[in-house]
Amino acid sequence: MNPTDPPDADTSRATGAPISSALVKPPILVVEDLHVTFQIHGAKALRAVDGVSFEVRAGETVGIVGESGSGKSVTSLAILGLLPARGVTVTGSIKLDGEELLGKSEREMQDIRGRRAAMVFQDPMSSLNPVLTVGRQIGETIRRHQKIDRAKARAKAAELLDRVGIPEATRRLGSYPHQLSGGMRQRVVIAIALATEPALLIADEPTTALDVTIQAQVLDLLRNLVSESDTALIMITHDLGVVAGMCNHVNVMYSGRIVETGQRYALFGSPRHHYTRGLLASVPRLDGSQDRLLPIPGSPSDTIPWAKGCAFSPRCPAVIDACIGSPPELVTSEINTRVRCVNPAPPTDVMWAPR
Amino acid sequence: MVKFIVRRLLLLVPILFGLSLLLFVWVRALPGGPATALLGEKATPARIAEVNKSYGFDRPVLTQYLTYMKKVIHLDFGQSIALRRDVTDEILRRFPATISLAAAAMLFAIGIGVPLGLMAARRERTWFDFTAVTASLVGVSIPVFFLAQILKYIFALKFSLLPTIGRLTTTRHLKIHTRIEVIDSIIAWDGGALWDSIKHLILPGIALGTIPLAIIARITRASVLEVLNEDYVRTARAKGLRTRAISRGHVLRNALLPIVTVIGLQTGLLLSGAVLTEQVFTWNGMGSLLADGVIKKDYPVIQGGVMFLAVVFVLVNLLVDVLYAVIDPRIRVS
Repeated sequence: MNPTDPPDADTSRATGAPISSALVKPPILVVEDLHVTFQIHGAKALRAVDGVSFEVRAGETVGIVGESGSGKSVTSLAILGLLPARGVTVTGSIKLDGEELLGKSEREMQDIRGRRAAMVFQDPMSSLNPVLTVGRQIGETIRRHQKIDRAKARAKAAELLDRVGIPEATRRLGSYPHQLSGGMRQRVVIAIALATEPALLIADEPTTALDVTIQAQVLDLLRNLVSESDTALIMITHDLGVVAGMCNHVNVMYSGRIVETGQRYALFGSPRHHYTRGLLASVPRLDGSQDRLLPIPGSPSDTIPWAKGCAFSPRCPAVIDACIGSPPELVTSEINTRVRCVNPAPPTDVMWAPR
Repeated sequence: MVKFIVRRLLLLVPILFGLSLLLFVWVRALPGGPATALLGEKATPARIAEVNKSYGFDRPVLTQYLTYMKKVIHLDFGQSIALRRDVTDEILRRFPATISLAAAAMLFAIGIGVPLGLMAARRERTWFDFTAVTASLVGVSIPVFFLAQILKYIFALKFSLLPTIGRLTTTRHLKIHTRIEVIDSIIAWDGGALWDSIKHLILPGIALGTIPLAIIARITRASVLEVLNEDYVRTARAKGLRTRAISRGHVLRNALLPIVTVIGLQTGLLLSGAVLTEQVFTWNGMGSLLADGVIKKDYPVIQGGVMFLAVVFVLVNLLVDVLYAVIDPRIRVS
């Protein structure tokens, strides 16, 4: 268990009820009813994100979990306004520190991106520019948002590299990405994201492209940086181990909607949605308490539109007649998680203890 | 880097040896011969044999080759049969004209082609993009001599704006240093001559540069489009960088490799002469020298000219490779 993480701090939020306590900080990011629709010329409109709402507070880590195509990455790109301008419609509300981001111009978003909200991307090899030095790539972020000269920016870049655990930081400023290992590169990506101490950090699968041994180091680093600086962190991942180890609050997404959400112990202790249970059952365990992995049958493309019923119903082991016809709503459970399911699994079943 | 350059230059030696042998055999395999070209179709066999003997063409090919190579090693490419001048001298007279013309054409092609391709990529699938793509398709399809005549007609005959013959107004006097008129007029500090020589370059430059322009614009567009989809461009956007900073600092630099490749190839082509453009604008460069050489079976001119151009080609390619290393640090290591 993470000692910086009070076990029950956010159970009240899972119910959606406001809590009038000075202990709970106001949310840094509030996403409400976010819809992202892709319209490619001549093809049917695709709803990648379909009414997603969640919030993140300072010092808190919120996980967004789901398979490829569940809309988790699109959600993060929508928050930073990084989706292509043409063919994409974004509606709903995204508030950063109370300020509405949707409807801002590209120029206004350029002032926010990198300064108040930053992002760590999945593949550190491809997300760093191969022809520019590491120092230049960190420095340009600093100099874009702060009025300091080149030498000071360089000193600060070295400081950042040191902070993310890169030895001989000053010398490394002159390195090119291909001269660094995968783990080092991801540290550089993190250093870039942290360069201007943003209030919100979005990490999109930050460890997926890394060796397993490096994954733990990078996660530790992220965890420490976030707790030191009181940054709000959104972890986007399909790795439940990452979620269990880091996130205070977890949102499970399927086909563009949140299907289950709650405080991590409640959610993992007693997952109610059959998709969440399926995800947990397909994670290998070392204690031998499970004979074989249970994959979720079918693929994320075996889906029906939410308007016609539960999108997971074609793959769901517990599908009943009520699943088809109208979209299920998010319903609060006895243990303060919220589940979008008309036939949820019984609550007693403890499936998975976080490691 | 120095090692790499030296190695590439040393590679020139076997290339030139192979090429000289190939050329030597090939020019002699051409139908007809210098004697026929010199004396005309009606020349008597006895007269032809006489001329051949005087140039040593009656000796075995191998002997001829060895004699020739002995001189080549001392940078003596022999005498032109038709022009009765040293081949080396003739090349040194003609090549500066070709450099002027090629430089003008490439300046035109790069100066317009790269920004055009960049803008088309940034406005992908808009009317601007479609127009640019269509225009560059037309550009590569227009025959050079046709375009040259049209330009001549509009700018010289209709509006008499620009000269169409030669490299400098004949009445103008300019001291020769490099034989590149633009540079010579700067050395002489003669503004009038500079402007005059630039004016002479405009129409041939456009005529010769249009095809490279179209090719460069298309490759720039394609290359930039590819880079725009790269993750590091998204990272640059996520940093909040301004659009211009992203274009210049991240996109163009990475898109440059294929563009430089094409520019290098095109420059090499233009430096090996532009027969058609030279013909239309009475521009005595390498193109007309070699074309005349082939028509007149002027063996020494063909051999010397082609070998000289081979060296130029290798040097241009070497420059491109050095540029690669400057642009992309990953190439520097290997």
